[in-house]
Amino acid sequence: MMKIYTSNYFKIGLYLLIFFYMETALAQEEKSGIEQSVQESQLNMDAVFSRPSLSFEKVPVALGGYLEANTMHRIEEGITDGLSFQARRLTIFLAASISERIKFLTEIEFEDGGKEIAIEFAALDVAFHPMFNFRGGIVMNPIGAFNENHDGPKWEFVERPDVAVNMLAATQSNAGFGVYGKTYSGNWIFGYEAYLTNGFNSKIISNEEDKTYLPAYKDGDNLFEENFSGKAMFSGKLAIKNRKIGELGLSYMGGAYNKFEEDGLSVEDKARVNVFAIDWNTSIQATNTYIVGEAAFVKVETPESYTPQYGNKQHGFFIDVVQAVYKNKIFEWEDATFNLAARFDYVDWNVGKFKETDTNIGDQLLAVTPGISFRPTPKTVFRINYRYQWQKDIINNPAERAATWYMGFSSYF
Amino acid sequence: MKTKIFLFAPLISIPLLYSCEALAPQEPEEYELLDGPVENLNQAESIRFIEGDKAFNDQIFTIETGLGPIFTGTSCVSCHAGDGKGHPFVSFTRFGQDLPGINNFLDQGAPQLQNRAIPGYKPEILPSGAPHAEFLAPIVTGLGFLDAVSDEDLLAMADPDDLDGDGISGRVHWNDRPDYVKDRPGTISKNGKYITRFGKKANVYDLLHQTADAYNQDIGINSYYEPYDTYSGDKVQPEIDRKTINDVVFYLKTLKAPIPRNQDNPEVVAGKALFENTQCTACHKPTLRTSYSPITAISYQEFHPYTDMLLHDMGPELDDGYTEGYALSSEWRTAPLWGIGLSKDSQGGEYYLMHDGRARSIEEAILLHGGEAENAKNKYQNLSQQEKSQLIKFIESL
Repeated sequence: MMKIYTSNYFKIGLYLLIFFYMETALAQEEKSGIEQSVQESQLNMDAVFSRPSLSFEKVPVALGGYLEANTMHRIEEGITDGLSFQARRLTIFLAASISERIKFLTEIEFEDGGKEIAIEFAALDVAFHPMFNFRGGIVMNPIGAFNENHDGPKWEFVERPDVAVNMLAATQSNAGFGVYGKTYSGNWIFGYEAYLTNGFNSKIISNEEDKTYLPAYKDGDNLFEENFSGKAMFSGKLAIKNRKIGELGLSYMGGAYNKFEEDGLSVEDKARVNVFAIDWNTSIQATNTYIVGEAAFVKVETPESYTPQYGNKQHGFFIDVVQAVYKNKIFEWEDATFNLAARFDYVDWNVGKFKETDTNIGDQLLAVTPGISFRPTPKTVFRINYRYQWQKDIINNPAERAATWYMGFSSYF
Repeated sequence: MKTKIFLFAPLISIPLLYSCEALAPQEPEEYELLDGPVENLNQAESIRFIEGDKAFNDQIFTIETGLGPIFTGTSCVSCHAGDGKGHPFVSFTRFGQDLPGINNFLDQGAPQLQNRAIPGYKPEILPSGAPHAEFLAPIVTGLGFLDAVSDEDLLAMADPDDLDGDGISGRVHWNDRPDYVKDRPGTISKNGKYITRFGKKANVYDLLHQTADAYNQDIGINSYYEPYDTYSGDKVQPEIDRKTINDVVFYLKTLKAPIPRNQDNPEVVAGKALFENTQCTACHKPTLRTSYSPITAISYQEFHPYTDMLLHDMGPELDDGYTEGYALSSEWRTAPLWGIGLSKDSQGGEYYLMHDGRARSIEEAILLHGGEAENAKNKYQNLSQQEKSQLIKFIESL
């Protein structure tokens, strides 16, 4: 069986990245729809309002959404459950301009054939000044870039990045309030966001993943009604962008996650979770290459006497490289584009060593996903992906390997 | 023309995709894996095996589903990754007993230290002066075959008074057993005691006894069989149903025996001969036979576990001053050697051998043998380097 050791993950990822970049640098100079969007004046924080939508004359309401569907064929260590057809999500946006400076937007997502219906965003925005806007309701915590800019049609891959959805908790939204703002100077754009919201709960260290797993907080009750810890969680982000270079974001999210007091009695020691993320995107105009990525670091306070299954440090990253290789009129679509793309995912859910043996704790995942996408218009993407992953258990036993083929589409409507 | 090309592209891409299955990871050979069922299960047995597999390998206990409040592991698989041996990060501290039949620390949490606790609770601390030993979880494959060996066969292998004068005096463990277990076919009792055969000290009667006890002592899950909470000592409602426990027992009974590898390799063949010549086979019996089992695939089968399931005095080096049941602290059950060559794949790529993982190689494990195994160890030490290497290669092939 193939063995991939921890120290090799970064090296392999780096080699593949260099190889892919050298290959793509030779491709023809054409601009993809994605790259063009980088050159616009928007930051990731604007993604929620920069979606295509239908608007109606004299009615201050806009309606939109997107649909994602695909086939999937996964083989894990030679065993397969065969071919599946998936309608992953149907998302509906509804926006309303209530008055000149007050607007409302909601995003409702139907996942797993409607078994899961989630309000991912439902907020009222009040614009006082470009640098000072109020937002309240169900807001997306600004951690990393993917959480705020996650619409399927924007990405060349069927799967969402592991670091964003399986280490961080994208799409993560909570009830709360905050402020945001943005300013411009020449080619430079600067933005900030700061929110106080409900926070995580203790399911992040008690879940069926048997690991510290931030997304598990979604299994909690009354997420939009009650703050489990009773203490507000802060999340904030600073982002800077140069129209000719790209965007860089630094974000933080943290607060208590456990119910340490009940009926006025102390029942546990207060425990915090702290999350740091850095995200970036850039386009290399000479080669028409678009690069986007995100890295995150999680620290979770766990009781000393709890099981090491639940680690107190995590980190991971993803990086997507998208190369437009052909852009022309195809059928009746002007500027239809073919892209080659590759994604590298790495997550370590339990960083550290076993005190019993002084050997590295495992619980890591490495995945490489090459893909081809076809965009008849920037709003619609057809994509073929092949994902190969190595996943190690907590003890660092030989990695379980899985390969998955995907063919699917994602389109705004 | 261009339009036709783009129409043609999606059509050819589909067969192209599925012809690329060769890129996918291939299934490991059966002999490379410890897990998997015995051959010839019928369909109903296969369904039950799968149910037990899910409970054993996929069911994670959380605070909400009954974990703890004090515990050592969160699931079966946390101690038996890939159905193999355990890793030291989930070792078990057993304590309280240094003489046969008497544990003076039962009121302080003995016999097992639950060294972990859910938030808000304190784990147990080893009482001062308590005799104790660390245990690692054993490999669990092939247990159904060991379970189906008759008591009569075990007694036939025993030689407690060393009447044959070979220096080996293995004995069965006459012991108490919980009321909820049922007699295995042909069970033999003596003065109200039964022959127990599982566990490092052969302290456990059968796989139901082992499974119910492990849920309770290791994970803090109370059941119909073991209803007393390890933290409060109170009799509480079951946190797992009887069916699940019995499915896990069935799973453990029907896991295949590890498949030997490289048996035609000349080095392995030579090592096998040396294994016999050095008297290792006096305790690590190569071949046993099952008696009747309601599971046809296990009934009346010859198999090769390299154990006699008897207690042997292993000398002072391995005497931790702790014991269970009516065994002496220097006595240990002969560990089955089957699957030992694959144990690194469940222990993070390293060997952690003997009852507590103190041996980091097979040679180190051999050299820790004493007592009844002293002669065998000396014979090993007198082998040439090449012969030692051959013998170890043979053990790794099991």
